Amino acid sequence: MRFRKSRSGAPLKLKIGAVAGLLFLHLPLLLIFLYAFTTEEKSYQFPPPDYTLKWFAVVWDRQDIWDAFGLSLKIALIATGAAIVLGTLAAGAVARTRFFGRETVSLLIILPIALPGVVTGIALRSAFDIADIPFSFWTIVLGHATFCVVVVYNNAVARLRRTSPSLLEASLDLGANGFQTFRHVLLPNLATALLAGGMLAFALSFDEVIVTTFTAGQQTTLPIWMLSELVRPRQRPVTNVVAVFVVIITFLPILMAYYFTRGGEATAGQGK
Amino acid sequence: MPTTVRKPMYDTEKDEVSPDPAEQVSAVELSGVSRHFGTVKAVDQVNLDIPEGEFFGMLGPSGSGKTTCLRLIAGFEQPTAGHLKIFGDMVDGLPPYRRAVNTVFQDYALFPHMNVIDNVAYALTVRGVGRHQRHRQAMEMLELVRLGGFAKRQPAQLSGGQRQRVALARALIGKPKVLLLDEPLGALDLKLREQMQVELKSLQRELGITFVFVTHDQGEALSMSDRVAVFNQGQVVQVGTPEDIYERPEHRFVADFVGSSNILEPELCQRIGAPEGVWSLRPEKIHLADQSVSREDGVVTVSATISHVQYQGSVRRCVLSVAGHSLSLSVPSAVGGLATGQSVYARWNLDDMHRMVP
Amino acid sequence: MADDGMAINQPADGVLGRVSDLLFRRPGLLLAILLGPPLIWIGVVYVGSLVALLVQSFYSIDEFSGRIVREFTLKTYAELLRPSNLDIVLRTVLMAASVTLASALIAFPIAFYAARFARGWIKGLFFIAVMLPLWSSYLVRVYAWKLILANEGVLNWSVERVGLTPLVDALLSMPVIGGPSLSFSYIGTFLVFVYLWLPFMILPIQAALERVPGSMLEASDDLGARPGQTFRKVIFPLALPGIVAGSIFTFSLTLGDYIAPQIVGSSRLFIGQAVYMHQGTAGNLPMAAAFSMVPIVVMAIYLWIAKKMGAFNAL
Repeated sequence: MRFRKSRSGAPLKLKIGAVAGLLFLHLPLLLIFLYAFTTEEKSYQFPPPDYTLKWFAVVWDRQDIWDAFGLSLKIALIATGAAIVLGTLAAGAVARTRFFGRETVSLLIILPIALPGVVTGIALRSAFDIADIPFSFWTIVLGHATFCVVVVYNNAVARLRRTSPSLLEASLDLGANGFQTFRHVLLPNLATALLAGGMLAFALSFDEVIVTTFTAGQQTTLPIWMLSELVRPRQRPVTNVVAVFVVIITFLPILMAYYFTRGGEATAGQGK
Repeated sequence: MPTTVRKPMYDTEKDEVSPDPAEQVSAVELSGVSRHFGTVKAVDQVNLDIPEGEFFGMLGPSGSGKTTCLRLIAGFEQPTAGHLKIFGDMVDGLPPYRRAVNTVFQDYALFPHMNVIDNVAYALTVRGVGRHQRHRQAMEMLELVRLGGFAKRQPAQLSGGQRQRVALARALIGKPKVLLLDEPLGALDLKLREQMQVELKSLQRELGITFVFVTHDQGEALSMSDRVAVFNQGQVVQVGTPEDIYERPEHRFVADFVGSSNILEPELCQRIGAPEGVWSLRPEKIHLADQSVSREDGVVTVSATISHVQYQGSVRRCVLSVAGHSLSLSVPSAVGGLATGQSVYARWNLDDMHRMVP
Repeated sequence: MADDGMAINQPADGVLGRVSDLLFRRPGLLLAILLGPPLIWIGVVYVGSLVALLVQSFYSIDEFSGRIVREFTLKTYAELLRPSNLDIVLRTVLMAASVTLASALIAFPIAFYAARFARGWIKGLFFIAVMLPLWSSYLVRVYAWKLILANEGVLNWSVERVGLTPLVDALLSMPVIGGPSLSFSYIGTFLVFVYLWLPFMILPIQAALERVPGSMLEASDDLGARPGQTFRKVIFPLALPGIVAGSIFTFSLTLGDYIAPQIVGSSRLFIGQAVYMHQGTAGNLPMAAAFSMVPIVVMAIYLWIAKKMGAFNAL
């Protein structure tokens, strides 16, 4: 196997290795899809004895699942909103100006996602305990927004770095004040990056379980529901159906975020 | 005038062509303007007086402060010292959007998310002018720069020259009093550059407003400007008409940077019998003769040896060795028979020498 | 407009215009406005919480009342040093190390192919193919392995078909890492972790490899190096920062994870589970806090070493 960049492409062994690796990554998810249709309720029998669509109907009727889904959705939307605002502000400060402590700020913003979720979770829990704050909807949102900021921040910074400074200067030069420049020039240029960051933040929040278990108290988000089902399974295919939907709901924003930011240096998702 | 401790390296006061003060206010006036970045003096006590309607060039190598000066006028930088006046009004601290000054940027800075006509109409959009009217005015500007049919195109679809014209139209629509151009021709190829030089000149004459442009290309500066300011290391070395700058350079730097020049040091002058001082002598003023012609008043004749001949197409560049110093000149290629080591006589008019500051 | 002979424009924009002027004159103020809210948020909410965590680890729990005693003490840390707890730490660290090694090995061919041979749409496809699992539901991915590793599941089924059952049995009967079944053994946990964190390892390695100019490899070839030598002396050292960068993720994520071992694994605890367990019904926050200090300290040391090796350039 020579390393010359031959016109015939990569050596066969490498290609097989690469494809095998990718299959390793994707097959498990495909299996979940398969199991959503099985008739076997009590075990994970392979191959499935028979196929059916009835579990989808069962899920449709389960109020507890809908409640959990609604909660996750609300949290994700609010956390994403907060993340977009905070992330954009921080990006605006960091991307252009050189100021004292700039590196520290970057590090601080990345920290919530750099440290293991367990640490973030237990840290928040400790803080709530010391400050005597009871668990609620807002404690969950607080936790989610904190690590969602970095996702928006990364996308915004990358886009701002690609924006030529002379664009903003040109706008100021032609008579637009700071706010008009933001509205007419900066925001349109940022829009897709913010959208991408927002979608990623949404997916991140919707799926989050580790930090949430520490900050949730009695609330049940969809991942928490799933977790309890995994530990004490009742109707396994029901869980599988929910899993299928969770995958789709997190899948779509990723695709869209990639579509919005491709062609740039930093494509969406590299901030994780 | 500044009464600061440090005397400027170049004293430019006497070079300013000041308009009759009673008559009109200068379009742009810089008094003792400095811009420091930490310890770096990007602009160092610059005095400039640009009358209305002038096509003013700022020439210098990179890092000489000319671009910073432009940005000071535009409002993207604020002076660390000194004052800026535009038509008599102090503009220190005034943001760019409050100055009647518009800029054509080096990279044109067209808004990528707007089409051509929206780009051009931008200055009107932010002033709240209605859509119908601002599109009408924008079309007028586009016609002026001969891009009438391009209104709906996207900037990405335009060539470099077309983008520049859109940038021009966009900057002019707000009827600024002063138009600033940052290296306007740098990105264009040679043919286009020459064409744009003519177009910019005629545009400026037609509009009658003050144009101030920055360039590092001395040919450009000489051919377009009514007057030129030569910058070096943050200071203005000399201000004058292109002819002044070229024929009568005051300082070594100008003599060297603008065209090429021979610099006659005092000791050489002594040897060849020229008057005392440091002189600049343009190569084209030197002629070869092969025997000593009779002495004439006002003509300097020296014997020299050819040390170097270089064929350059229409001319041959000759380097002579005179009493240990080099003199450079150009001879038409038709003149043959020049060989290294040959003894010749070089002569020039005394008047063609220009005394410089030592 | 500018027709009135004045040098100063005065567009009619009132309050916003004046605010804009102010911010223009005082860029520091603008910076404060931009930076203020996020910093306050991160500073108060996040850093504050981390401080609270540290503080908690110096509290202790009263065994009889079950309440947290808010007085400074080292008792909790002393508890941490008990053999049973140290076991947990050791177990987790070993798992993290082996997962890191395995993911590096598996990730490398994928990253190498993507960096050096994938072009055009294939490159985009690879990127998405690696990104999607990364961002899709963590819980679902863990769950998928529960399905796969179940006794009646697909892995055993395929193993039976191929006749490799004795091999699997042998693996399962091994002292430490084996167990009653794949989904109740360290092997199972190991597989899940590798699967989960693989994309984190692929991406930095790919980034690092992409920075190696093709001409370098050709030069090595030209100079007579065999492929193995080119790999050892040129490719691997240049990819190393990427590997280290990826290992930061795999190590850190394994150290803190408590869900995967719970769903696929033996009943013996990992650090994450210990943290969760202590803060749960027991309400022993100080103990949980003390436990969670371990990943922080380990990662701090690891990051410091990684920085020395230049891994941050590959991120």
